[in-house]
Amino acid sequence: MLNETMSSLRAAKRRALVCYVTAGHPDPARSVALVQGIAAAGADVIELGVPFSDPVADGPVIQGSSQMALEAGMTLQKTLELAAATRVRVPLVLFSYLNPLLAAGPNVLQQAKDSGISGLLVTDLPVGADPEREAWIGKGPLSFVRLVAPTTPTNRMKQIASHGSGFVYLISRLGVTGERSDVSVDLPGTVERLRSVCALPICVGFGVSSAAQARAVANMADGVVVGSALVRIAERSVDEAVAFVRSLRSAIDAA
Amino acid sequence: MTAATHDTGRFGPFGGQYVPETLIPALDELTAAYDAAMRDTRFTSVLDEMLATYVGRPSALTEAPNFSAHIGARVLLKREDLNHTGAHKINNALAQALLAKRMGKQRIIAETGAGQHGVATATACARLGLDCVVYMGEEDMRRQALNVFRMKLMGAEVVPVTSGTRTLKDATSEAIRDWVGTCDHSYYIIGSVVGPAPYPRMVRDFQAIIGREARAQVLERAGKLPTSVVACIGGGSNAMGVFHAFVPDTGVELVGVEAAGKGLETGEHSASLACGKPGVLHGAMSYLLQDASGQVYPAHSVSAGLDYPGVGPEHSWLKDSGRATYVSCTDADALNGFGLLARLEGVIPALETAHAVAWIAAQRGRWAADDVVLLCVSGRGDKDVAQVAQMDTFSA
Repeated sequence: MLNETMSSLRAAKRRALVCYVTAGHPDPARSVALVQGIAAAGADVIELGVPFSDPVADGPVIQGSSQMALEAGMTLQKTLELAAATRVRVPLVLFSYLNPLLAAGPNVLQQAKDSGISGLLVTDLPVGADPEREAWIGKGPLSFVRLVAPTTPTNRMKQIASHGSGFVYLISRLGVTGERSDVSVDLPGTVERLRSVCALPICVGFGVSSAAQARAVANMADGVVVGSALVRIAERSVDEAVAFVRSLRSAIDAA
Repeated sequence: MTAATHDTGRFGPFGGQYVPETLIPALDELTAAYDAAMRDTRFTSVLDEMLATYVGRPSALTEAPNFSAHIGARVLLKREDLNHTGAHKINNALAQALLAKRMGKQRIIAETGAGQHGVATATACARLGLDCVVYMGEEDMRRQALNVFRMKLMGAEVVPVTSGTRTLKDATSEAIRDWVGTCDHSYYIIGSVVGPAPYPRMVRDFQAIIGREARAQVLERAGKLPTSVVACIGGGSNAMGVFHAFVPDTGVELVGVEAAGKGLETGEHSASLACGKPGVLHGAMSYLLQDASGQVYPAHSVSAGLDYPGVGPEHSWLKDSGRATYVSCTDADALNGFGLLARLEGVIPALETAHAVAWIAAQRGRWAADDVVLLCVSGRGDKDVAQVAQMDTFSA
């Protein structure tokens, strides 16, 4: 479903709005309402973050949301139940660290598929790090979204693009997840480098936190990922988070 | 048997590079720079000279006649506590700081638990003119206030970590987060044989001087190899350092002593090899304390340096391959060991080392009288005396 969504967006020359939420945050009930609300507000893809005790790629906002979700009893299994409960029509991408997936065992990918998940992104499983487990995911029922960083050399970008599906997630700048006030000056060059070796759609995230930034990113990439800003607002109010997604949608469509 | 295949950084199924993509090029750069430095005598001769004249190596091998009589075997102490800064940590911190300088990285990041690695890194940075930022759990800053002062005195910035359990695990996560954002100009000096490749191999190599010296010293002193080599294990750097030279000596028993905290049955401990199962934390596959859904358990130990839910991947491999044996001692045992070595030999061990002391003390009758037991005294206990003095369970 993720692949089809990305292809039809490309065919329609529309930019994808990818929204990240942490499963079970601000609490399990509101988390379901949040996913449903942002799907209705125009998100094309929703990344569902699996809370993890040691999120080394995440800044304070997503760390805090993971901690809240864990304290509310959230696990990978409950994340899948939550995904099924949302019944949304936009593709859901599980955004996880490797250890919860390993602990869940080999059937977890099919379970995720059966729960309505269509893609998987693993923060700490870079291309080539573990061929056996990468093959397990790559041959499974989910699209396998891989990450590219600004530090990634072009020849490695090519390798990453050939080992992923759905889209490639381009990290816009050095550092962990979190809001930034501007778009990295190096971003256009990095997008062009990646595009020269990658046929998959490119979605850019890390630091995108306002409608203006989303528009700027949409002008150079196939999609925009918004995470920490949305999580921070959702902690205060689901309604405000939904309104924020609506404003992002308008900004991207105007790009 | 235990050599990592260098291209994958694996020890059997353990190790690897489970990190955010951003760090892969930085780890490739580090691996290449490390391998080149070790082949370059201009690097190794500077390191050797500083280990001799700044750290004070070789460290002494000390007879422990009273402790020996107590357990009925000849105990020899490898005195890493006599190194500059008071622990084995300086061997690695100094070597990595020299490597960072060679790579042109001016800013150093480190994590610390008990503060010994933080102090060692701050020391090396002061000596080499590097900027130093040390991440330390708020709970550990309270337990180890003296070491916080020492780091600041040498010009390091100590950043309190308030996330999670506020101990070594979270300090390590925070140091990794810093590095993800600054890897173009910062160098991360990991303090133990943990983390993504090449760190476990590199830190082991820099600590292997402990075992190389000790093996030669024991042979010269006793005319034979030790029966057993015993060391405490948190992440496992002093143990890996003292074990490494003895791994090919298959007749030599290697024993690592983990922290059983309040008791293995209570769940409040740091015995990842005894009670964990393989998983991924801080970039490596290794034994890990975790729950059924793959969340990392908070570890517990009276000693901040062992208070870590993971362990170096090479130890996981030494365990599974059967080459080393891993046992554990509780907080209470360790406090007894702390006092015992102080009373019997006039050597106050670090609380970390005290776990190994306690395990040996409990093995009376296990060895023949002429057997040699080599104990790695990983650090001195000065940093711990204030904490121990405040415990009502302990009377000096």
